[in-house]
Formats: sequence, C-alpha cells, structure tokens
Amino acid sequence: MTSSSVTPATAPARDGLWHHLRYIMAENPLTGISFAMFIGLIIMAIFGPYLVPFDPLATGAGPALKPPNLAHWFGTDHLGRDVFSRVVVATRLDLLISVSAVALSFVFGSIIGSLSGYFGGWTDQIAGRFMDTIMAFPLFVLAMGIVAAAGNSVENIVYATAIINLPFYARMARAEVSIRRNAGFVQAARLSGNSELRVLFGHIFPNTLPPMMVQISLNMGWAILNAAGLSFIGLGVQPPTPEWGIMVAEGANFIISGEWWLVVFPGMALMLAVFTFNLIGDGLRDLVDPQRRT
Amino acid sequence: MSLGVKSRRVLNRLLQAVPTIFGILVVCFLLTRALPGDPAAYFAGDMADEASIEQVRENLGLNQSMPMQFVGYVSDLAQGDLGVAISTGQTVTQELAKRLPASLELTLAALLLSLVIAIPLGVLAATRPNTWVDHLCRFLVTAGVSLPTFFTGLALLYVFYYLLGWAPPPIGRLDMMFLPPETVTGFYTIDSLIAGDWALFKASLAQMALPVITLALFTLAPIARMTRAAMLQTLASDYVRTARAAGLSGRRVLVTYAFRNALLPVVTTLGMVFSFVLGANVLVEKVFAWPGIGSFAVEALVVSDYAAVQGFVLSMALLFVSLNLLIDLAYTLIDPRVSEEE
Repeated sequence: MTSSSVTPATAPARDGLWHHLRYIMAENPLTGISFAMFIGLIIMAIFGPYLVPFDPLATGAGPALKPPNLAHWFGTDHLGRDVFSRVVVATRLDLLISVSAVALSFVFGSIIGSLSGYFGGWTDQIAGRFMDTIMAFPLFVLAMGIVAAAGNSVENIVYATAIINLPFYARMARAEVSIRRNAGFVQAARLSGNSELRVLFGHIFPNTLPPMMVQISLNMGWAILNAAGLSFIGLGVQPPTPEWGIMVAEGANFIISGEWWLVVFPGMALMLAVFTFNLIGDGLRDLVDPQRRT
Repeated sequence: MSLGVKSRRVLNRLLQAVPTIFGILVVCFLLTRALPGDPAAYFAGDMADEASIEQVRENLGLNQSMPMQFVGYVSDLAQGDLGVAISTGQTVTQELAKRLPASLELTLAALLLSLVIAIPLGVLAATRPNTWVDHLCRFLVTAGVSLPTFFTGLALLYVFYYLLGWAPPPIGRLDMMFLPPETVTGFYTIDSLIAGDWALFKASLAQMALPVITLALFTLAPIARMTRAAMLQTLASDYVRTARAAGLSGRRVLVTYAFRNALLPVVTTLGMVFSFVLGANVLVEKVFAWPGIGSFAVEALVVSDYAAVQGFVLSMALLFVSLNLLIDLAYTLIDPRVSEEE
C-alpha cells in the first residue's frame, strides 16, 4: 500500500538521477571504468571456473616455474599449475568472503545502530560501549585474535571480518536515524498508528540507505584486503585452494629468486578488485552527496 | 588558571581510558575462553585421562564461575603473567618484551616518514588544486588504500633487491656480518648512534628502509587525504578570508591561520592510522622476516600456540590505547580553544 503511493513520486526523481548519473560519468570517466571493471569481476566470479583454460588444482598443467608465455598467460607455479586459471578462479572465493562479511556487518550494524539511534537511552549506551570496545583494538589484530580463538576456517574469517566492520555501520546507522527521529514524516507515520519498530524500519531506515550504499562499497575494498591479509599469514583458506592472499604468500618464497609472476598477478587482481570498489564508492558518494565531492 | 583547566582535562582523559582498558580485558578474556574444544583437555595434552584433565581444570581455575575466572585472569595479568609460549618455552611476556622494540622501531619510523611526506603533500595539494601536485596526491591516496601492504612489500623487494641490488636481503634487522649494538633503547638505529658505530647504523638503516617505506606508503594515504580536505576547508573559511583582507602575507595566512586549524582534524585521524599501521605491521614483518611481535604472533598461529596469540592481541590493544591516549593528550595541550572555553 505504501509502495503504490510512493512509486509515482519517485518516477521523475529517477529520471533526474539518471541525468545526474550521466553527468557524473562524463565528469569523472574513472567512475564509468570502475563500473565496467565491477561487471568484469562479477563475470569472473560467476563464470570463471568454466572459462579458464586449465584446472586450477591440476599440478603439471605445464612445466614448473615458467614465466608468462602463450600457453600460460600468467606463467606457472612451483607445482606446474597455471597461474592465470588460479587467479581467475580465486575471484569467486575472494568476493564471496568479502561480500558475506560486508552483508553480515551491514545487517547487524544497521539493526544495532538504528535501535540505538531511535530509542536512545540504555540501548544506545550499551551498543555504544560495545562498539567502542571493538574499536579499541587495532582491527586487523582483533580479527587475528578472533580467528585464532574460534578456529582456523573460512567461515571464521568471514565472521571476524564482519565483527571488525560492525562499528562503521552501527555508527552511521545511528547518526542517520537519530537526525530523522522526529522528522515530519516520522511523526505522521506515528500518528497514523504504526508501531515503533514499523516506523523505524519501514519509514526511517530506508532513508539511511543511500549513505549506507557508499559505506558498503568503500568497505568492500577494505574487507577484501583484510580477508586476503588473513589468508596471507596462513589463516582461513588452506592450500591448494586458489585464493589471492594465499597465492601471494606462496609466491613470496620465490620473489627473491626472481620469479615475480607468482606474486604480481594475484597481487594485481587483488589491487584491481579493491581499486574498483573504492572508485565505485567515490562515484556513489558523488551521486548521493554532491557536497563531499572531491 | 589555564594550567589548572588543562591538567583537569588531562586527568579526565586518563580516566576515560579506564573503561576502554576494561573492555579490552573482557574481550581478551573471552577470546582465551572461546578456544575450540575444552581448554583443560587442550592444556593437559593428548595422553591425559579423565582424572588428569580434571586436575588441570582445577589448576587453571576453570571449574570456577566466569566472573571468578576473570578476576584470576586480571590478577595474573597484573603480575605480567601471560602464560608460556609453546614454541620457545619462554614466558609470553619475555618473548613480547624482547621483540617489542623491533616492532616499535619499524612502526614509529614509518609513521614519521609518512607524516613528513603526507602533510606537506596534502597542504600543497590543497593550495594548488588541479595542478600536478594535486593529481599526484590523489594518485598516491587512491593507490595507497588499494594496495595490499604485503604485495607492496614484495614488489619493492623484487625491484630493489632482485633487480637493482640496492637493498639487502630480507633477513631481519641486521646483516649476519654485524652484531647488534648494546641495548639502550632497543632501537638498533639509535643504539648504534649512541655507541658511535657508523657502519652499524648504516647497516641497520639499510635493513629498515624497505619495510619502513612499505608501511609508510600504506599510512600516507589517510593522512594526506585528511590534510588536503582539512586545508581546503580552513582555506575557504571566513577567518582566512579576514586574515587575507587584513593584508597578512600569504605565508602567514597559510601557516598561522589555515594550517594550525587544519592540524586538529588530522591529529584526530591519526587514531585510525594507528589501527591500520599496527595491523599492517604484522604483514610487513612476515614479508621481511622482521623479528617483531607480529611475526612472533604469526609463528604462534601456525603451531596453534594460543597463549602467545592472546598475549599478542592484548599487548597490541594496550599499545593502541596508549598511542591514542598520547595523541589525545597532545591534542588537549595544543588546541588553543581548550583553555579558552572555561
């Protein structure tokens, strides 16, 4: 019922948004490029395993430790595995870890933040203290501690990454909800007999989504880096699973003897993925909040 | 009077750290108790039977209630007891104390280097928008946050060690040919200077160069970004316009009016930067085989040495809190508004 009354009102706005989007794309071509790279990443994640020329786990797909050549575009590693196939196939796992971690912290962070921004009082006090305690740790170190204590598995990497990102979402949701707590449309919603939770999650929360999207995109890059860092030091993903962080770690032993391709290609993939999400985040911010445009 | 206000503020800030430290202790305690499986069975070893596991449980105090266990944990900590590191057989406290100077030397040198580069860069970028300085600043800021530190470190190693041969091999704090200097501060560079050993100073500096640059590249980004944004904001402010209209020299307006005010938000972001740098430190230490507390923790993780990892997490958190505390105290002392408010 509410959606039907909203649709005609947003139709012209969406047209304006589309114009605005084109304007931003024209002004900053990097944003356009980043969207193209984003689509490329998604394609690699979904179809990667069916597209690659070699089995990423097959040892002896070629002679060991050969530099990039026509048969093996990114060279081969110490077991003769094809680095190109491994880099492409790893996309799915890397994105899966960071997307699930970010989704978890988005959902729980927004619930905690919205409740404390809306109700204030002791809810706010307890949630605030909890978030402060997480932020009192160097975040990567806390993630190491959580994975070490909870057990060395991919799921725990996801949970640890989600926990260390929780405060960012909770704080943002709290700020965005508390400034709208007594806005006109909220009072109207309350007067028409909606319950408190319905007012909060049906009327206020959707308004916090635009800045949250920016936060999600910027946070994705950081989540990818974090998860790859954890697997670089040997947590979570175990060899021979292809994953960018662990591939860089395996290649690290060969860099001082000059076999650069083992490190450079997974490292570049990691960098491009992070770069893509950061650029999209900046582009979305331009779209959502023109004042903070840099 | 102003001094009284300031010391009260300092005291207030110190008191504010108490609940934070309490929170850290609770989290670390929960982490030690969240070990997979039964901690008593774990500490008793593989060969233990029911009775000896029960014995260990009694010895460790695991049969007591959680609050009582927490009190026991805190009183152990107060005596500096973090348990024994399985891999080396020494106490965790000893191990951490031995390795802390190596990590601190790396972290502080990297912070210093990134401050020295990032702040002038941010100021220049803000005063000359859309010139090459601005573009360079934007490039470094974007690249700095996108590059994984372990990848930057390895790339630098490949270029400067393998290709150019300028850097020494990544084998820790000193080449095998040298003996470490007599310990005064624990920082090899400073200690070798105190000892007056020029060659030793150069050798330790050479070992430090690449890891420090790697860390600095990573921390540069947030500092430069914040400096640029803060400078843009202060340069557009009314008081800078007034100062210009009053005919003050460009340099004076920039340094005394714009920069001093822009510095405050920069100091605030340093808290986040510390969090990054302490985390990145672990990765950089692993890449360069740096014998700090980060690589100690990584080695401990490999052999599931929980006491060592928990001790590491706790000491990193306490280090982070004290760095933040120092920054906040400095902030209280330099901010002119603090004394004028009352």
